[in-house]
Amino acid sequence: MTRFVLGRIGFYTLIAVLLAFFTVPLLWLAAAPFTSNPTYEVSLPDFTVANFAAILEHPYALGSLYNSLLLAVGTAVLVVLLAALAAYALSRVRLPGRDALLYALLLLSSIITGTAAMVPLFQLAVELDLIDSQLGLILILTGGLLPAAVFMLKDFMDSTPKSYEESARVFGASPLQIVGHVVVPLVRPGLATIAVWSIANVWGNFLMPYLLLSDIEKQPGAVIMFTLYTEGGQANLPLLSTFGLLYSVPVVLMYLFVSKKYGFRFHGGIKR
Amino acid sequence: MAAIELRGLTKVYPGGVKALDSLDLMVPDGEFFALLGPSGCGKTTLLRTIAGLETATDGSVVIGERDVTGVQPGGRDVAMVFQDYALFPHMDVTDNIAYPLRIKKVAKATRAGRAREVGERLGLAHLMDRRPGQLSGGQQQRVALARVMATQAQAFLFDEPLSNLDARLRLEARTFLKKLQRELGVTTVFVTHDQAEALAMADRMAVMENGHIRQIGTPAEVFQRPANTFVAAFIGSTPMNLLEGVVRGERLEVAGCKLPVPASAEGRLSDGEQIVYGVRPEYMTYAAEPVEGAFGGRVAIVENLGAVHLVTLEVGGVLVQVVVPEGSEPAPGAEGFAVPRGDRALIYRDGNVV
Repeated sequence: MTRFVLGRIGFYTLIAVLLAFFTVPLLWLAAAPFTSNPTYEVSLPDFTVANFAAILEHPYALGSLYNSLLLAVGTAVLVVLLAALAAYALSRVRLPGRDALLYALLLLSSIITGTAAMVPLFQLAVELDLIDSQLGLILILTGGLLPAAVFMLKDFMDSTPKSYEESARVFGASPLQIVGHVVVPLVRPGLATIAVWSIANVWGNFLMPYLLLSDIEKQPGAVIMFTLYTEGGQANLPLLSTFGLLYSVPVVLMYLFVSKKYGFRFHGGIKR
Repeated sequence: MAAIELRGLTKVYPGGVKALDSLDLMVPDGEFFALLGPSGCGKTTLLRTIAGLETATDGSVVIGERDVTGVQPGGRDVAMVFQDYALFPHMDVTDNIAYPLRIKKVAKATRAGRAREVGERLGLAHLMDRRPGQLSGGQQQRVALARVMATQAQAFLFDEPLSNLDARLRLEARTFLKKLQRELGVTTVFVTHDQAEALAMADRMAVMENGHIRQIGTPAEVFQRPANTFVAAFIGSTPMNLLEGVVRGERLEVAGCKLPVPASAEGRLSDGEQIVYGVRPEYMTYAAEPVEGAFGGRVAIVENLGAVHLVTLEVGGVLVQVVVPEGSEPAPGAEGFAVPRGDRALIYRDGNVV
């Protein structure tokens, strides 16, 4: 009995320490923007809004958040559209070497957006005249995310019974009608997952925009954050914390919205 | 309404598996036709080939005088109920039933009205706004039927329509389905692996094995006179007794017992021939006293089937089963005799009925 109690106490102490470890940075992020002179410590805020006024005056801060949104949404739309079509085809059509192809793509894609491909990607962008272009950046980011997205979505489509589509086919639905009426509604949670995952991925990507965009007006939030230093070369904590908060809020909101709207549920209609 | 005709239908899957081997089949207009067979016999492939979901390797499918072999499923004017019903989970019952009409570009108000009409007929009126996930198995099945009815197709195809219902519901659904088919009068082909279901519902049935049709006939014909030992063993809730024997002059010697030649095989056997003697447990009477021309042995097992008992006799090293009415069942270990009905016993030579 004593052993059990001691074990429980030990278990919950460990949980508490772990929680504190992860909570403190979040607390800092919540408190520091409202503190006049924030340090690295978590302290009670004095609820000033001066930091927000300062960030509004920053020439690129708000624009960069808009850029982040543009890049993230643009990439997500492309990834969802292309991955859905590819995954549907790969899931429903038997091709020799299909799985090998998918694995190879997945493996190679981890290189494409990675540091290893930095130089060739830069070269490629210059050659194609896509350097310093947000469209070019969106295309390259899409390319990097697509294989993993196809892989995940194909798994999702594989688990959707074929008889739904066959049923629609016997009723005379055309392939496009089948996709529109049946397949897309059925895999909507999967599509939402891919969209959220793409947005979160692009939102936090620093390397690619830093590398491929030179005009600071086109830079997304992740890069602008890197410029928030004082004249002395020290991190500008008031601005950094405030911008960090603004930068993270959209992603959190998106997660809440999507999980409430779609979540992962299955309505049935196939008797198992 | 239309007849379905299959001519030399062959389906070979990539990899060389021959699912259908040159099948010929004629289902007349308005008939309720069952495709029966063990799993893997090709019955579902046959149904899917009629629907157009599988393309025939050879041969042709004719529906209502029109050769539809190369026609897409949607152009064949057939409707299909899938084993898992395949109701669209994101649509309510009304939209599910009206879906075929939506494809035909029927106006929204008209198709909702038609869906309601069909739904009411199948007792779904109070469920029209529900999603399939909120319905019981039996209700889902009726929605699937309603959706098929809404198409007003020339022929219906049912793939194991009852196999997903629990036992009690299945009996109700069986009666319901047969009544519905009678009323609608639409040519219907259904696939089942349950011989009782096929016997109960079908006007005519085909028994399949390994891509071949082994017998076509009415349930009564197939039950009373199975064309071969495969059908004999497959049909019937208590398996048919199939016993090896030899012709000895005017009589047969089966399991060490002397039996008269059944009426169906009279004058068609030659002396000394090896045969298989087939008789259903239901077509034998039980006697406790020795009788001429009967299987005599010791009662090994007595199984209670409700109103009747299935008695297993051990006769000269083989087992013979006989159905005995309740109240007159023997005790295990007793001596017993099973007398085959001469007009129902069958003789099989090389697997085929004589």
